[in-house]
Amino acid sequence: MDLLNALVALSNFVIVPAVAYGSQLALGALGVTLIYGILRFSNFAHGDTMAFGAMIAVLVTWGLQAAGVSFGPLPTALLALPFAILGCIVLVLITDQLVYRFYREQKAKPVILVIVSMGVMFIMNGLVRFIIGPDDQRFSDGARFIISARDFKAMTGLREGLAIKTSQGITLVVAVVAVALLFWFLNKTRTGKSMRAYSDNEDLALLSGINPERVVMITWIIVAALATTAGVLYGLDKSFKPFVYFQLLLPIFASAIVGGLGNPLGAIAGGFIIAFSEVTVTYAWKKVLTYVAPESLAPSGLVQFLSTDYKFAVSFAILLIVLLFKPTGLFKGKAV
Amino acid sequence: MTESVKNTLLFVVVGGLILLTGFTQSWNSAILILNMGLISAIMAIGVNLQWGFAGLFNVGVMGFVALGGLAVVLVSTAPTPGAWSSGGYGIVLSLLLGAATVVAAVLVATRMPKGRAQTLTIVAILTVGFFVYRAVFDPSVAGVEAIDPAVAGNLGGLNLPVLVAWPAGGLLAAGAAWLIGKTALGLRSDYLAIATLGIAEIIIAIMKNEDWLARGVKNVYGIPRPAPVVGYEVELQNDPGFVARADWFGLDPVIASTLSVKLGYSLLFMIVLLALLWMAQMALKSPWGRMMRAIRDNEVAAEAMGKDVTRRHLQIFVLGSAICGIAGAMMTTLDGQLTPGTYNPLRFTFLVWVMVIVGGSGNNFGAVLGAFLIWFLWVQVEPMGLWFMSLITSSMPDGSALKSHLIDSAAHMRLFTMGLVLLIVLRFSPRGLIPEK
Repeated sequence: MDLLNALVALSNFVIVPAVAYGSQLALGALGVTLIYGILRFSNFAHGDTMAFGAMIAVLVTWGLQAAGVSFGPLPTALLALPFAILGCIVLVLITDQLVYRFYREQKAKPVILVIVSMGVMFIMNGLVRFIIGPDDQRFSDGARFIISARDFKAMTGLREGLAIKTSQGITLVVAVVAVALLFWFLNKTRTGKSMRAYSDNEDLALLSGINPERVVMITWIIVAALATTAGVLYGLDKSFKPFVYFQLLLPIFASAIVGGLGNPLGAIAGGFIIAFSEVTVTYAWKKVLTYVAPESLAPSGLVQFLSTDYKFAVSFAILLIVLLFKPTGLFKGKAV
Repeated sequence: MTESVKNTLLFVVVGGLILLTGFTQSWNSAILILNMGLISAIMAIGVNLQWGFAGLFNVGVMGFVALGGLAVVLVSTAPTPGAWSSGGYGIVLSLLLGAATVVAAVLVATRMPKGRAQTLTIVAILTVGFFVYRAVFDPSVAGVEAIDPAVAGNLGGLNLPVLVAWPAGGLLAAGAAWLIGKTALGLRSDYLAIATLGIAEIIIAIMKNEDWLARGVKNVYGIPRPAPVVGYEVELQNDPGFVARADWFGLDPVIASTLSVKLGYSLLFMIVLLALLWMAQMALKSPWGRMMRAIRDNEVAAEAMGKDVTRRHLQIFVLGSAICGIAGAMMTTLDGQLTPGTYNPLRFTFLVWVMVIVGGSGNNFGAVLGAFLIWFLWVQVEPMGLWFMSLITSSMPDGSALKSHLIDSAAHMRLFTMGLVLLIVLRFSPRGLIPEK
């Protein structure tokens, strides 16, 4: 029995990665949920919006690196983030004016908007591949670890090491800041309140003089900022590959739906639920269990419930269970 | 110009585009476009059945197509010697045990009174069932995968003619669709979309990772051809009768043999397409088709007329998916290999959607036309993009970074163009090229 080592191993392999991944998913899911709340459709292009924002960040980071600018121990990509957000905002606002606005004026059915977003998805995907190519790109620099496994072992004298990557620390900090800003904006400012009013009841909001086009524009701006942040953080933590962002669509939607589509708090909770279940179900528990279980009961296999390739299956199973038993999501969403 | 003249003209134009490829590029690539166009048309009929007739938003086409391909391997390849005795039966037993666990849990969920006892029983059944399943499954899989892993390591197939595998692919896809429909239909359209998207990813993940099934990412090669309609090139070249006929056409025997093989496929695919198109047309015109459209247009009213909306949705979901499965089986036969790593939702799900929307959802001929047109574009945008890029970069100095980047990236114009075509059609002709009557 060695609870301390078990706890450290658990943190190292499950808790820390899941918290970072959960924050990234939560940021992505917030974007999906805001679009759903205000524009009332599921945006299939969200993953590619993230990829586009992250791509600009990669390009600006390369530019800064070439110019010799660095951010000390922090990744240069953080300096590039504001530019990337700006670029992404420009792109989504252009898309909205050229594409979505027409259907909004027609009062098209949500499912038509979903198909339209499929077209936008193709275009954004093509743009990203056209500009940066379909391959893996590395753009993280600065210190790799806040605390490395070896330092941790030397510090505490434990057998298990705890490594926290810089990208994981940054992810958490940036996500907390972004979410705090978002909630402050939605709850305290006049514009934020008008957004919530519009989401709750469109007709009443129009009656009270809220300008719908302005609400939509601000929503897109916030969504672009969130998507870019999520995309850059994910890219720093893993690596930047356009197709991976497209595949993130599934866990992001799962997070948003599990939490309740249209509910920002739900999106955050959903992100962490999905991330923790993906990591715990696909983690080989042998190491942790050997510390906890008495010698005679030590597991012989890996004690891995599913191979990591099935992580989609996990988010999907949770999604299905929630949809079947609580269709509005864990926190009350607006979808029926 | 009447409706039918316009539609015929549209088909003639697309046919002309394919012929043009034959005259300007090569007949080989023209027939390749034709063959994949025929397969795409069948997929489009399947999606049109679900979306155009019934308004079901299925973005899991890729999964059903892949299942069709899997069926080809399971039906028509030779069995791996010793695979069944060294673990095959164990795998089947474990899968049955797994299914029994799920059925038991569902029974408890529906029959037992709600409460803590029910929840605990379900959790207990699932936990015990999972470990029993893994205990039987893992050693059996290890047994099968240990057999000659470089060339086999899977169960192999039933060694039946490959044409039998096509309906089998449809059946496999239909079975999967029934399971999925039972759980996911009845969700609202967006949710059904997400659910099917996820299921398609899971099907691909299973096919990539379960090596005992169809060798996973190690791929299965050498799938038999549907002889005698489609022969083998070498045999044809050694056949004096064939060489004489090729000579009469003024063709080199080698080229003639490849063309003849491909045309054999075209013939088979054309028969399947015409049969399915005829059936889809009959279904559309029948009372059943009218009922489907009534349900699509107003579910509440249809329900008030005594139609069982959920059951009809399940029915058409299964039918449409089966058609996609048949198309998938045909595609794997054409390729002669199963490569789970190449299934990509943009290509196998969303592109089929573009075909249906551009062609005209709700109209079978529209779906078929859209399939040929979009497939033609999908293949030809790359050379056209390359040509376009070399045109605009012709004034740039050789060796400039921008020039080489633009020319290298021309290959990625495809997705961009498809999105553009979809958006333009949705905006200016939302009912497609051949609208629903």
